[in-house]
Amino acid sequence: MANVSMGAPPTKKAIEAEERPAMRSNLSRERLRSAWLFLTPMIVVLALVAGWPLIETIYYSFTNASLSNIEGAEWVGFRNYWEYVDYGDGEGEYFGLFFDEQWWNAVWNTVYYTAISVSIETVLGLAFALVLNAEFKGRSLVRAAVLIPWAIPTIVSAKMWGWMMNDQFGILNDMLMTVGIISSPVAWTADPDTAMWAVIMVDVWKTTPFMALLILAGLQMVPGDVYEAARIDGINPVKVFWKVTLPLIRPAILVAVIFRALDALRIFDLIYVLTPNNTDTKTMSVFAQENLFQFDKFAYGSAASTFLFLVIAMITLLYIKVAKLDLGGGGR
Amino acid sequence: MQAIAKRTGFYALVVFIVVFSVFPFYYAILTSFESGTALFDVNYLPTEFSLANYRDVLTNGVFPLNILNSVIVAVTVVVISLFLAVTAAYALSRISFRGRGLLLLTILAVSMFPQIAVLAGLFEMIRSVGLYNSLFSLIFAYMIFTLPFTVWVLTTFMRDLPVEIEEAAIVDGASPFVIVTKVFLPLMWPAMVTTGLLAFIAAWNEFLFALTFVSNNDTRTVPVAIALLSGASEQEIPWGTIMAASVIVTVPLIVLVLIFQRKIVSGLTAGGVKG
Repeated sequence: MANVSMGAPPTKKAIEAEERPAMRSNLSRERLRSAWLFLTPMIVVLALVAGWPLIETIYYSFTNASLSNIEGAEWVGFRNYWEYVDYGDGEGEYFGLFFDEQWWNAVWNTVYYTAISVSIETVLGLAFALVLNAEFKGRSLVRAAVLIPWAIPTIVSAKMWGWMMNDQFGILNDMLMTVGIISSPVAWTADPDTAMWAVIMVDVWKTTPFMALLILAGLQMVPGDVYEAARIDGINPVKVFWKVTLPLIRPAILVAVIFRALDALRIFDLIYVLTPNNTDTKTMSVFAQENLFQFDKFAYGSAASTFLFLVIAMITLLYIKVAKLDLGGGGR
Repeated sequence: MQAIAKRTGFYALVVFIVVFSVFPFYYAILTSFESGTALFDVNYLPTEFSLANYRDVLTNGVFPLNILNSVIVAVTVVVISLFLAVTAAYALSRISFRGRGLLLLTILAVSMFPQIAVLAGLFEMIRSVGLYNSLFSLIFAYMIFTLPFTVWVLTTFMRDLPVEIEEAAIVDGASPFVIVTKVFLPLMWPAMVTTGLLAFIAAWNEFLFALTFVSNNDTRTVPVAIALLSGASEQEIPWGTIMAASVIVTVPLIVLVLIFQRKIVSGLTAGGVKG
């Protein structure tokens, strides 16, 4: 579309035939110049806020920088990732991120959290979307209600749920004990067996609406006559869902899942506030932040950040491939 | 008979969805109006209406200042990113030039950046230019997530506007800047309100940068202030005041979201922005 607007002459009568080529090239040259003029501020800001800091983080991961001495950082090669220390008597030990049990624990926590929360959110989001796609009285009210968890700041959600999951005075224990699911109060956020599930529960509450809305957008693209035809043929609705609806909305679900997964992999605030200093829920981002700013291991934290960045970069590339984004022609 | 069962089941599901979505915030409001020992009795319906928690959080300490900080940061971030994004989106959507695809790809990639990946580098940068502990550090840092998103959504929106809009202006010899401000801007308001609102929410809710780049109580933004609200001792978590503070910062957001409901949903699905 943009090509049309800039290539074609404005109106045929307005410009005489022999003048056209010169005017067009003048015009397009001016437009090209202003394009870069318009783009430069944005590119400069993004380079300063994203490009340069990223390069710096990667650089620090190869140095011995500490919080108190960042400027005096010296290059140490791969030592933060991988180092063999020879004790001289034929024995030695490996150090570095790749041999750090706590780091792998954080990696495992992140993967576990991402896999489970995104799976639950997808299934639940699909169910919500199917309900919201149906016609019923009060649908717009339900749609509004569903947006509320999404609008609430993550920190507020963490505090709200932290209060609801309080071991002594929490309403969640009261509910579950009244129904008879548990017999004694559970310390949801502190108990090693439940801490991660507490985090997952809050995340599911907060992001299922987002999932539902993305899937709903896909559902609304399905033409109504598809259902009509299936209904006339007397096909079981369950079968219609599996054979018709699901294949048609699969691209929308896939995009939503990848977006959510990218977001889940870098989770920080919910865990930092809901379950502070808990090794059972510590994720890669929390591990990196702790090392950077609490343990005075700036270089080591940078190494962890770099690792996480590489993981997310690979998934982003996958997303761009899967979504088959048309970046050349249309602009999206 | 079967039809009735089906309908009942369906409405049960609807009720579940509504309760599931609304209950935690309802309970936070309920708690925020309770004081003293009433706080520690579990109740499902309102029993008390005390404004003590609200008085506490608004008069003791620096919470009003934190709210002001959040407003300043979020509004400035929205204004700057919208200004940069409208002009950039015009170039990206209506002018074809070499490298456009690559540029769009880069913008998309930046929008998926994990914040932690730039945290170390940004921290060093902010400290070396003397912005540590100032709101400018946050205004600058938040561009990393608001700018790619606003550019992306506005580009999509502008691309779908018909060619004829520009033609007359081009014939009249209007400069590209005039075309953007006089021709496109009046048409862009709906898209700008939506993206601006989403950017505002993102900036209002941000935690990691706000925790890292600011350490003074009176320079903090609201999310960090709420996270760090504590009582006289470790054991005494002031749940009442925390809930009051939470309600204060959340109600405006919810009102905005409900007013602009339709626009937000279309903005979310167009940009695929993260929650």
